[in-house]
Amino acid sequence: MSDLNLDKLPGGFKGMSEDIGSDQTTFKGVNWGKAMMWIFLLSDTFVFSCFLVAYMKVRASVVEPWPYPSEVFALEMFGVPVPLLLIAIMTFVLITSSGTMALAVKYGYEKNRKMCGWFVLLTAIGGLTFVGMQAFEWSKLIFHDGVRPWGNPFGAEQFGAFFFMITGFHGTHVSIGVIFLFIFARKVFRGDFDTGRRGYFTTMKSDYVAIEILGLYWHFVDLVWVFIFAFFYLW
Amino acid sequence: MSDELNINKKRNDQIKTKSSATSGRGETDIDYVRPAELPEQDLYHGHSFITKWIFCQDAKVIGVQYTLTAVFTGVVGLILSWMMRMQLGYPDLFPFLTAETYYQMVTMHGMIMVVYLLTALFLGGFGNYLIPLMVGARDMVFPYVNMISFWMFFVAVVVLMASFFVPGGPTGSGWTLYPPQAILEGTPGSGYGILLMLISLSLFVIGFTMGGLNYVITILQARTRGMSLMRMPLTIWGIFTATVLALLAFPALLVSSIMMTLDKVLETSFFMPTIIKAGEALSYDGGSPILFQHLFWFFGHPEVYIVALPAFGIVSDLISVHSRKNIFGYRMMVWAIVGIGALSFFVWAHHMYVSGMSPWFGFFFATTTLIIAVPTALKVYNWILTLWRGNIRINTVMLFCLGFIVTFVNGGITGIFLGNVAVDVPLSDTYFVIAHFHMVMGIAPLMVIFGAIYHWFPLVTGRFLDEKLGKWHFWITFLGAYSIYFPMHYLGFIGVPRRYFEMYDSPYMTSAVGMNEFISLAAFIVGAAQFIFFYNLVKSLRLGKPAGKNPWKANSLEWLTPDVPPTHGNWGEKLPVVHRWAYDYGVPGAKEDYIPQTTAPSEVKDAEVEKT
Repeated sequence: MSDLNLDKLPGGFKGMSEDIGSDQTTFKGVNWGKAMMWIFLLSDTFVFSCFLVAYMKVRASVVEPWPYPSEVFALEMFGVPVPLLLIAIMTFVLITSSGTMALAVKYGYEKNRKMCGWFVLLTAIGGLTFVGMQAFEWSKLIFHDGVRPWGNPFGAEQFGAFFFMITGFHGTHVSIGVIFLFIFARKVFRGDFDTGRRGYFTTMKSDYVAIEILGLYWHFVDLVWVFIFAFFYLW
Repeated sequence: MSDELNINKKRNDQIKTKSSATSGRGETDIDYVRPAELPEQDLYHGHSFITKWIFCQDAKVIGVQYTLTAVFTGVVGLILSWMMRMQLGYPDLFPFLTAETYYQMVTMHGMIMVVYLLTALFLGGFGNYLIPLMVGARDMVFPYVNMISFWMFFVAVVVLMASFFVPGGPTGSGWTLYPPQAILEGTPGSGYGILLMLISLSLFVIGFTMGGLNYVITILQARTRGMSLMRMPLTIWGIFTATVLALLAFPALLVSSIMMTLDKVLETSFFMPTIIKAGEALSYDGGSPILFQHLFWFFGHPEVYIVALPAFGIVSDLISVHSRKNIFGYRMMVWAIVGIGALSFFVWAHHMYVSGMSPWFGFFFATTTLIIAVPTALKVYNWILTLWRGNIRINTVMLFCLGFIVTFVNGGITGIFLGNVAVDVPLSDTYFVIAHFHMVMGIAPLMVIFGAIYHWFPLVTGRFLDEKLGKWHFWITFLGAYSIYFPMHYLGFIGVPRRYFEMYDSPYMTSAVGMNEFISLAAFIVGAAQFIFFYNLVKSLRLGKPAGKNPWKANSLEWLTPDVPPTHGNWGEKLPVVHRWAYDYGVPGAKEDYIPQTTAPSEVKDAEVEKT
């Protein structure tokens, strides 16, 4: 960003129209990778939207009764079924990991290598916990309650199909995020973003903006979970 | 006329003084361009054969790789169409053509041509090659991901081709892959064939997304100094808008592919209703086949424009260069491209008029569909007005452009027929539909592809393609394509259904049999003519007339690289600086009839250029 003074750019609608009308970059001062991540997330939003719209359509049109989520997703605690207990904890863990990710980004921009690394690692552990609890939830549904993608004892068979497909697709996103979080934690601790060490595959230098890009992905995965939570567990 | 120009000039002078005042310089510097915002791009330069030509990160090489792979699949698609025409023209003459193989060919031909040839060629091929060059970047913004994008596409093609060799053969459910029949026993390739098709499509979407992010961000964030969005060549606008469409439409294809894969493998019932087979109920229950159609066409209709918009953009540039005139109504053209792109997301259900939906729904989609005709017609007028009184070079490139306009108008007009519910219902699933979409998104974009290859071949290889062979190629392709598709409109009107293996003794046969033979003969000839083109490509690679720098006297940046053909990094020491749009042809007062984008205003003081 050699000759670009972001503070001097005009703001508001005028600023926006000037940016769009200008040469070189449309989003002033925005890193290429960050812009790519935003566009990717837009595309991914369409993927999840298609899944959720398909789910709503089928749930609205299916003839057999839809299983009652409060009962299906309840956990037995001291002999009392507590609805949505596990999901509440899972959601709490995932949202918290978004908080730690935000702190990692903050420390990254402050060039606080150690704190940044610890918070990236903490986020990764949060994500891993979430995936672990999801595995527990899946195995309970499959082995204990007999829910299968092709049928279940509670009602419409699409319940299992959509549940496993959408939470599985989301879980895959979380798992990919966790893998990258661990890789990036190592990169931060090793000081790659301070020394400009080149990436093994990409051969490109990077800096702490990479943490923010990863953070964007992570927050997105969290946000998607909020929608899945609402549509599957609260509807 | 001259008064107008004077007024323009005065206004321009005012603007110049204003902009130079804000730049904080004492004297009026009419060549002022904002300083560079970004540092030089860091590039990985390959050293070995493998990193230079195979796993290469140079967008130009990736573009050529995409093009060659897409053309290979296109040849497969062409051969399939030949075999289909053999059956339709001469039923039962060829014993190896059974009903099953016929349906498999229909399916593979459609999918290959739409997705693996046209989409990959326009966005992967032309996009990769032209975007960095035309916006003045050294490469795509993330070359490594761009490389992966191509190899993902390559694997997708391998998986698709593998389906020819698995037990049961490729899927024969039609390129729309409608459930429930696509995955039910009795449809050819309902075992491995459909599975490989769905996997291949998913891989294609993933690979394309990687490339598409690169195209979009290179255009938005990596333009050179002076290159504002409204100075970009229309080629870039077309590719940009098409890529945005693809990034938003392919998710629907990915989702429907995943869901159908699960229906096939795990016997879920997303798309599968209750089905009784031979008196016994299958394990499916309560799914919605219409849901698949909605998802598929939410991808499928924007897909039409993913193919068409780059063609619109490219043809605008070709027409402008070869008629030595600025493109008529540049801004109108840009807004038309963007408008068509936006509208294309609200028309998908016009593919489903006969699937059963509320008449009000059909009314809505008919209206939006017909509204698209407005910006599209605008574009056609603008192309014609660009040609109007131009200094037209009737070379192969221009011939293909003219061929495009004719076939596109033809296909567009039949589109207006089919967009109306009441007209569509009787015509739906007849040869009229075949004629319509082959004209509008088969032949028309192919005309542009050929024109573009004749136009940019000198840039890629440094040599011209042979003009004489090119003209033969054009006339056989153009007249031949008309001989194929024009009679099909008539076949549609008399009610010949599409996708039928044979007409048997139906009443259509009396009038359709001769016509089917004629169409088949034309198809064989047109297909064979493409081998003239391939021969031309190979021959000209070694023996073509050397082109030198900027052989077409074009303005846009891709012709202004220090080396021809451009090397990795494109621009040598210094990035180009852009002072004008790409269309300053035949400017009054200028020495030459073209002013390249890099020419500073002070160099052409007497020319009466438009302020862009």
